[in-house]
Amino acid sequence: MARIGVFVCHCGENIGRTVDCARVAQALGELPGVAHAADYKYMCSDPGQALVKQAIVEKKLDGVVVAACSPHMHEKTFRRTVSSAGLNPFLCEMANIREHCSWIHEDCEAATVKATDLARFMIEKVKHNVPLQPIRIPITRRALVIGAGISGIQAALDIADGGRDVVLVEKEPSIGGHMSQLSETFPTLDCSQCILTPRMVEVYQHPRIKLYSYSEVDAVEGYIGSFTVRIRRKARSVDESKCNGCGECQKVCPNRKIPSEFDVGLGKRSAIYVPFPQAVPNIPVIDRENCALYKGRARGAKKQACGRCAEACGRQAIDYDQQDSFVTEKVGAIIVATGYQLYSIGKQQEAENLKGYGEYGYGRIPDVIDGLQFERLASASGPTSGKILRPSDGKEPKTIAFLQCIGSRDPAKGMEYCSKICCMYVAKHTMLYHHKVHDGKAVVFYMDIRAAGKGYDEFARRAIEESHALYLRGRVSKMYREGDVIKVFGVDTLSGEPVVIDADMVVLATAMRPQPGIEALAQKLSISYDGHGFINEAHPKLRPVETNTAGVFVAGACQSPRDIPDSVAMASATASKVLGLFSAEELEREPLVAHIDPALCVGCFHCERVCAYGAIEHKEIRDKNDNLIKIVAEVNSGVCQGCGTCQATCPSKADELEGFTDQQIYAEINAF
Amino acid sequence: MTSSQSVSSPENGRNSSGDSLAHEIHNLTGVDPARCYQCGKCTAGCPMANEMAVGPHAMIRLIQLDRRDRLMRDESKWLCLTCETCTSRCPNEIDPARLIDGLREIAFRDHREKTPARIRAFHESFLNQIRMFGRMYELGLVIWYKTKSGALFDDVATAPGLITRGKLNFLPHGNQDIASIRRIFEACVEGKDHK
Amino acid sequence: MKIGFFPGCSLHGTGKEYGESLQAITVPLGIELAEIRDWACCGATSAHATNHLLGIALPARTLAQAEEEKHGEVLAPCAACYSRLAAARDEIAHDPTLAQRVNGILGKPFANSVAVLNIVDLLVKMAPVIKQKTTHPLTGMKVASYYGCLLVRPPKVTNCAEFESPQVMEEVVRATGATPVEWPKKLDCCGGGFSLSRSASVVRLGREILENARSAGADVLLVACPMCQSNLDMRQQAMSRRSTKPFDMPILYITQLVGMALGCDSKSLGLGRHFVSTAPATKFMAAASTPAAHTNQPTATKEA
Repeated sequence: MARIGVFVCHCGENIGRTVDCARVAQALGELPGVAHAADYKYMCSDPGQALVKQAIVEKKLDGVVVAACSPHMHEKTFRRTVSSAGLNPFLCEMANIREHCSWIHEDCEAATVKATDLARFMIEKVKHNVPLQPIRIPITRRALVIGAGISGIQAALDIADGGRDVVLVEKEPSIGGHMSQLSETFPTLDCSQCILTPRMVEVYQHPRIKLYSYSEVDAVEGYIGSFTVRIRRKARSVDESKCNGCGECQKVCPNRKIPSEFDVGLGKRSAIYVPFPQAVPNIPVIDRENCALYKGRARGAKKQACGRCAEACGRQAIDYDQQDSFVTEKVGAIIVATGYQLYSIGKQQEAENLKGYGEYGYGRIPDVIDGLQFERLASASGPTSGKILRPSDGKEPKTIAFLQCIGSRDPAKGMEYCSKICCMYVAKHTMLYHHKVHDGKAVVFYMDIRAAGKGYDEFARRAIEESHALYLRGRVSKMYREGDVIKVFGVDTLSGEPVVIDADMVVLATAMRPQPGIEALAQKLSISYDGHGFINEAHPKLRPVETNTAGVFVAGACQSPRDIPDSVAMASATASKVLGLFSAEELEREPLVAHIDPALCVGCFHCERVCAYGAIEHKEIRDKNDNLIKIVAEVNSGVCQGCGTCQATCPSKADELEGFTDQQIYAEINAF
Repeated sequence: MTSSQSVSSPENGRNSSGDSLAHEIHNLTGVDPARCYQCGKCTAGCPMANEMAVGPHAMIRLIQLDRRDRLMRDESKWLCLTCETCTSRCPNEIDPARLIDGLREIAFRDHREKTPARIRAFHESFLNQIRMFGRMYELGLVIWYKTKSGALFDDVATAPGLITRGKLNFLPHGNQDIASIRRIFEACVEGKDHK
Repeated sequence: MKIGFFPGCSLHGTGKEYGESLQAITVPLGIELAEIRDWACCGATSAHATNHLLGIALPARTLAQAEEEKHGEVLAPCAACYSRLAAARDEIAHDPTLAQRVNGILGKPFANSVAVLNIVDLLVKMAPVIKQKTTHPLTGMKVASYYGCLLVRPPKVTNCAEFESPQVMEEVVRATGATPVEWPKKLDCCGGGFSLSRSASVVRLGREILENARSAGADVLLVACPMCQSNLDMRQQAMSRRSTKPFDMPILYITQLVGMALGCDSKSLGLGRHFVSTAPATKFMAAASTPAAHTNQPTATKEA
């Protein structure tokens, strides 16, 4: 006969007002198998917990039901309580008589009966509970950080400084991300490169950081504490161990007219190049699509079409035959920090729903540029050495129209969200413009000025009051080139007046979007993403840097549009999560995972198809003579999240979720 | 359903069935005025906005605010050319042109006396032409319009040009089955539904 | 090719030369226009602006008539008629309650099965034929294609994918040997139905359009709408008044341009009915014609 203790909580008035807790306890105490029943004002309080402990010892209880609030609230509390009294914690269950009963009913009599029933069902369940032991998983105390923009750099440095090794993967030839392209940063106007490049160097020199630049994550296997990651190292055509970054190769390259990615097409680079002078690592890469030698090879030319860089290299570092290579790294946690790209208003879009902006000429007017391009114009290291000159003819624009919310907050163009950073950087642009072109007129078309942040609104006001930017509240309907100017047809909705601006240049604050290829990466990591491709966090408030896959974390603009301070804070948060995880040698997990009985499993693998976490593996069953009998499903308990979907799907009842076995659930239903 | 709430004002006006303007417009046009976030792109591209006292975005705002009297008095809605520029570019796909048609329909039905004389004369003349002949008879339209609006001497210079170029017919050529046209008018305008 | 034909009211009045030139080019292009029997006015602006249901029911009557006559498609050369017919078709297709109501009003079965074509839809499909049959290539003529509103907007009704930068009229222009010019105001409104009730607005809007076309170097302005044509042609003199210099921009229907290239004579194209002389356009036709040139003289200009 079971010896179960039942503890009914009043939760002050929360339960007690509607449910007659004493009567519930009395009724439950009379049930077979119940050795003890009590009620108390606050069961979760110290004296309340003491009651539970005392009863366990005195009445030699072998199971506990706490009829109180939701298990989300206090299941952990009471399981710790019973554990400290020497009972296995998984022999304790909660009956929710608050959210499911007292809060939603008014009739005291009926609520009391219902509360008694809810607890009674749980008593029947507990009779079938078995002691469970936590799962222990060894942890590889090394982290992988994907993306080496400011978020990835911050996360990598924090973890490395915390004493754990980091593998940092960056797909571009240099680390630094978009922040390295910025001129000055809001709201303090400090120079972006001045604050970033020391951190880039720190990453490169850190003994605990292993950097793979110009590399991409190819495949990911495993689970929290034990991931195996295959990394593709794209062929640089330059031997990193030999190159000393002298730059001689770039000087002799005959093709120097390639639009520079770093300067967003406003500057030019050679076919062998480092993206920018402060690049880390300072090792060039050959852009094979634009290199004469590779183009010659592609044509099938017998003679080598070029080879000047190899001739110029004093260290024989150029390797035209280099191939992509793969390395495998074992890590215990992964941080995704792949950042963003800007929406392009061009006619060609990768998805039909993003198409639009024919009214702005699909971006075909040369003096219509985007925010990043303006950053390059304003940057001292940029193609104009920091002078604001328009791309078409190199003239200094005397009127610039800045258009906010291009793509953002525009359901018709496929992006209904706010990109968050544009209000601030447009304000910054108007200031930089005012500082550089004193007689220039900045006109800003905005819908709202969203300047929530420390010092942000003050900054935006300065743009208006001190830099004399003219802020017009309204969207632009159309623009086209007429003679030397761009006609911008807008409106000032505050006065109701339509406005036509003859602008010399137009800067579009285009929407922030996740990097291309984010969906493929997310699928490799089994993490979810929203309709725009932004990575989903596990909980928007309480678990903002975790993903739905244990051991995979998210930082920066790949999760949603973010500015630098937010990204850095988020990156540090992921680092602290990772360091917390790495603080023990083993990971302890609740044993509430699925198990599959190999004897009953028929190998249909329905479970595998429905598992959202990739926890189902194939296992061969062999006889004594090593003949294959069958292949069955097996749950990787390190990966399983205990959702129970496989259990519901299994046609041969081979699949059981610990803590929620069929027997337990049926016992509850039968009691009903 | 629209989430627009009335803002207390002496101008607030509910219609005879107690409907707020936003609600009535929503029902009439299927377009929810609450979806407008007042970016003004409609007004920015409107060819007539310069001549309107209340631009398209402001009309939608006044619908949201339930300023029925103000909107019924204002003639801006009659200046809409239905060029559909606003509708094509609206980031919220609200169809401002349809909303304005809705306003005009309510005005023409419930507040015809507030409609500017020339506009009223034009539409009445036009619809009468169709009602009578099933087709537009341009000379008839011009004569009717001029009589009704009092704009007798507008465009007298172009009329001879139209005649010498054979562009004004002196006789209407109407429909044979004029009964079916009448039936449409009765059902749509007079609310006599034929089943 | 036989196609249902909805001439609309204008083609019998101020848009007479539109109707004439359309009929003129049907012969060389091998199109047979079958006029919908007893069609009614589409209701134009007045119906939809004052009574939405009336604005749907009037075009629906014509569509139902076309359906009864077993037409798969109906050509509506007037852009306004096209827009009303296409909008009615679209709304009835997407609103079953409205469809039922319209059926009741019409008092006869109506399955809404007829597609509505505008003139540009038709001619762009025939561009290879036009090119092939061109006897008087209009080489050197710079043409500003003026779409105005209703051929392209709203895109959900017109199904025009490139409603902010259409190229279909330009394609027809190229087929005639003329050169299209790019100009930003090709989608702006000319004032449409305000010709009578608010002519000052029409003059203001038209002036901006003509100035833009002129500065783009256009010899002629091409239209596919009788309202655009009459506004820009009849009121061009008034538009000249506050312009830098007077306009002399012929406002040609797209059918007239095609007809010129096909060698139709100017009478059959109604070129004499314009207020603004079409001489700056016809000179290209004259230049193209040689004594030996084969001409496509239509034998009958009035068929319907």
